[in-house]
Amino acid sequence: MLRTIFFKNKPVIVGTSSISGPKEAKGSIGSYIKMKLDDDMFGEDTFEQAETKMLFYAIKDAIKESGRDEEQINAIIAGDLLNQIIASTFSVRNFQTGYLGVYSACATFTESLTIGATMLDGGYMENVVCATSSHFSSAERQYRYPLELGCTRPPLSQWTVTGAGACVLSKNGKGPKVVCATIGKIVDFGVADANNMGAAMAPAAADTLLTHLKETGCEPNYYDLIVTGDLGTFGSRIFKDLI
Amino acid sequence: MKTADKCLNNNYLRYVHLISPRTKELRSLFRAFWVGGFICSIGQALRFAFESGLGLQGDELSAYVSMVMIFLGALFTGLGIYDRIGKYAGGGSIVPITGFANSVVSPAMEFKTEGYIYGLAAKMFVIAGPIIVFGVASSVLVGLIYFGIYNIF
Repeated sequence: MLRTIFFKNKPVIVGTSSISGPKEAKGSIGSYIKMKLDDDMFGEDTFEQAETKMLFYAIKDAIKESGRDEEQINAIIAGDLLNQIIASTFSVRNFQTGYLGVYSACATFTESLTIGATMLDGGYMENVVCATSSHFSSAERQYRYPLELGCTRPPLSQWTVTGAGACVLSKNGKGPKVVCATIGKIVDFGVADANNMGAAMAPAAADTLLTHLKETGCEPNYYDLIVTGDLGTFGSRIFKDLI
Repeated sequence: MKTADKCLNNNYLRYVHLISPRTKELRSLFRAFWVGGFICSIGQALRFAFESGLGLQGDELSAYVSMVMIFLGALFTGLGIYDRIGKYAGGGSIVPITGFANSVVSPAMEFKTEGYIYGLAAKMFVIAGPIIVFGVASSVLVGLIYFGIYNIF
């Protein structure tokens, strides 16, 4: 069976927004980030609350950017890395829209985009917000060790982004269009090291890209840019080796 | 259903292992040696000070030194300094008793936001717990062996 969905009506991304912590703002894509924070606590008491607030701001700003009102949004599709995706759930309680919580670890955003685009393409909705967030300090506690624990980070460990991003998908409007989506599968080669996420994720990323190219019949040079989720320096090298 | 070991792709794992960046062993060893040695020297200095200054001896002396070292480990964790030392020294600051204090205090600080009972108190031993469990269990085992040998011979 085909794993690629071809959208007939091609939903449009009409508004986007992003927000990040200080470290990300200094990084290579820092200039693209819309709201940059000096304080990764964002004036809150806990990192989880800070993440929730970042996502709230990102969603609110994306809706504003799109020129739509909150009443025109059918649903917000969002997810994050925390238990019971609490950052998304607590953010979206501030909006009077529908809510779908999604989880696919680093692929959460593309999952929400795929679901949102499918909803629009089927004619069931008119405007959908797709959003995601993460926070280095809340993720570190969720998956690894407390911040104050004196342990060394191995050379291939990655740094979870402190930030949030949101976009408004619409049936019509001006902006980039979502043409198709290839749904990835689980590729588990047995990497069990929590510090080596690049190696764990690269095979699945490679499989998705190869499937996508095969099913769409496009050549790699057809694209201006092929972007993956954060595989890190090491994971990106594996990804290229596998391809 | 596929079990975890059926997923293992040994070729891939070998390849990942082969191209993984290595920890610089010599550098890590040197850092661990001097920081660990320095922490132990502080302990030894305290030992001399307590011995001549307070006139302590034997078990009492060891207990005093341990207490002060644990306090210092906890204090520097609270000040946010110990994790920086740990990042630099690796095993050099994990192995001494101050590292144990760090492993108790750091989760306590981290989980304080979840409340004093369900957070701080409940999560305090997430890292040190296994050390305590197996430490106590193995000391009981050693005690029994010691007891057996002592009574038979």
